[in-house]
Amino acid sequence: MRRLFSVALLAVWAPIAVASELSDTRKAELRHMVLHDCGSCHGMTMKGGLGSALRPVDLEGTDADSLAYIILNGVPGKPMPAWRALINEDEAKWIAEALTKGLIK
Amino acid sequence: MRAIGLIALLFSCLWPAAAYTAELRGTGDLGIIVERASGSVVVIDTSRHSIIHRVKGLGDLSHASAVFSRDQRYAFVFGRDGGLTKVDLLKGEISGRTVQAGNSIGGAISDDGKLVAVSNYKPGGVKVFDAKTLDLIADIPAISGKGGERSKTVGLVDAPGRRFIFSLYDAGEIWIADFSAPGAPKLTKFGDAGKLPYDALITGDGRHYIAGLFGEDGLTHIDLWADKPETQTILKDYGRGDRKLPVYKMPHLEGWAKAGDRFILPAVGHHQLLAVDTRTFEHVGTVKLHGQPIFAVARPDGRHAWVNFALPHNDTIQVVDIPTLKVIHEFKPGPAALHMEFTPRGHEVWLSVRDADKVHIYDARTFAKKGELGVTKPSGIFFTARATRTGL
Repeated sequence: MRRLFSVALLAVWAPIAVASELSDTRKAELRHMVLHDCGSCHGMTMKGGLGSALRPVDLEGTDADSLAYIILNGVPGKPMPAWRALINEDEAKWIAEALTKGLIK
Repeated sequence: MRAIGLIALLFSCLWPAAAYTAELRGTGDLGIIVERASGSVVVIDTSRHSIIHRVKGLGDLSHASAVFSRDQRYAFVFGRDGGLTKVDLLKGEISGRTVQAGNSIGGAISDDGKLVAVSNYKPGGVKVFDAKTLDLIADIPAISGKGGERSKTVGLVDAPGRRFIFSLYDAGEIWIADFSAPGAPKLTKFGDAGKLPYDALITGDGRHYIAGLFGEDGLTHIDLWADKPETQTILKDYGRGDRKLPVYKMPHLEGWAKAGDRFILPAVGHHQLLAVDTRTFEHVGTVKLHGQPIFAVARPDGRHAWVNFALPHNDTIQVVDIPTLKVIHEFKPGPAALHMEFTPRGHEVWLSVRDADKVHIYDARTFAKKGELGVTKPSGIFFTARATRTGL
């Protein structure tokens, strides 16, 4: 999995700028989406399912930028879709950071 | 004195659950609705359109599902966190619970009602329990003959003759576990089931097992009535040439719809349902839809299918007329219309609208809304009549 991250990073990745401030309403929407829509595959407690586990302990060694990249672009050949059409880079970055810090549960 | 009488009267009105448990009643019109965020289920009376119990303490119920005992008194609820919980619908309480794995995805009950099987992601495999006591009867680790680690299992269904059938997601295999003889189950393994089977269905007659594939176009079919059942790829070309869209939610095959000589299935990554001839398994038609279908659930007579959708179209329902393959009705019940369940003879359909915290009840013929219930983050809806059907 980690190799996949790095390959993806080497390919086209330019680091996302520091996430601009999202409104509290949007954060609540994103949190809801992670729990209930991402949760179908990753579990409501982020312990995983068809998708990978996404608790801080599972994400150790994965930086938020790589995770945001995967959220936006998906994982080729796996069910993880590219969410780019539904959320922007700042929002993906916010979700990635919240997951690595265990703030969504 | 009159005041006391009044209070007593008020009290009895406010205590419907107590009144129900005291009352002699059948369970054929009961059901459960999963409250995914709070680890609870509500027991519903589908005749009175009411909630009669709320049962808590079932763990992580994201993507939870349920099957019923033959007498339709007990629901077996399969949680995401490996929990298998037996709920007494009449008493409104948990009558047994085991956390049997770390991560699970649904289950099935044998045709004789004695065995409950659970499909596990972690550790990958299937475990089978005594339906009465929830004691472990068999543990089937899904380790492919090709080697590798334990595979996640999906698409677990019951088949006639005390059999369970399931697919190995990582290994791309389909296994049959036959419990018809005492002792360890007899396993039959199909090693060539396609790439990443993600869900499956069995037809109500127990004849056809069909697994949807994520890793390639097409589905894998096994005719279980054949002398020597074998895997066959069907609908190999359904997506070819069209760009696949990102799949924000995997379609479910369980609500497969069959009418006369065709049945219809949700296409992965396309705004389409596929119609298939039930004898040749040839692709005979396509229904263009509002979004990517999740469930295409047949009204019990098979004339119509109700279809819901993945993000960003999950506020909409379309109704498809199966003989003509035309969309005949569309409406927007609200945000995250996730799961639909028909009453056994199809007079009503119940629909969970997760983000509105509501369950809606519709007349399945006129499409008129008949009522709604307040339910917290509702997802799956399961009526006890499922006990009488293979594969549900």
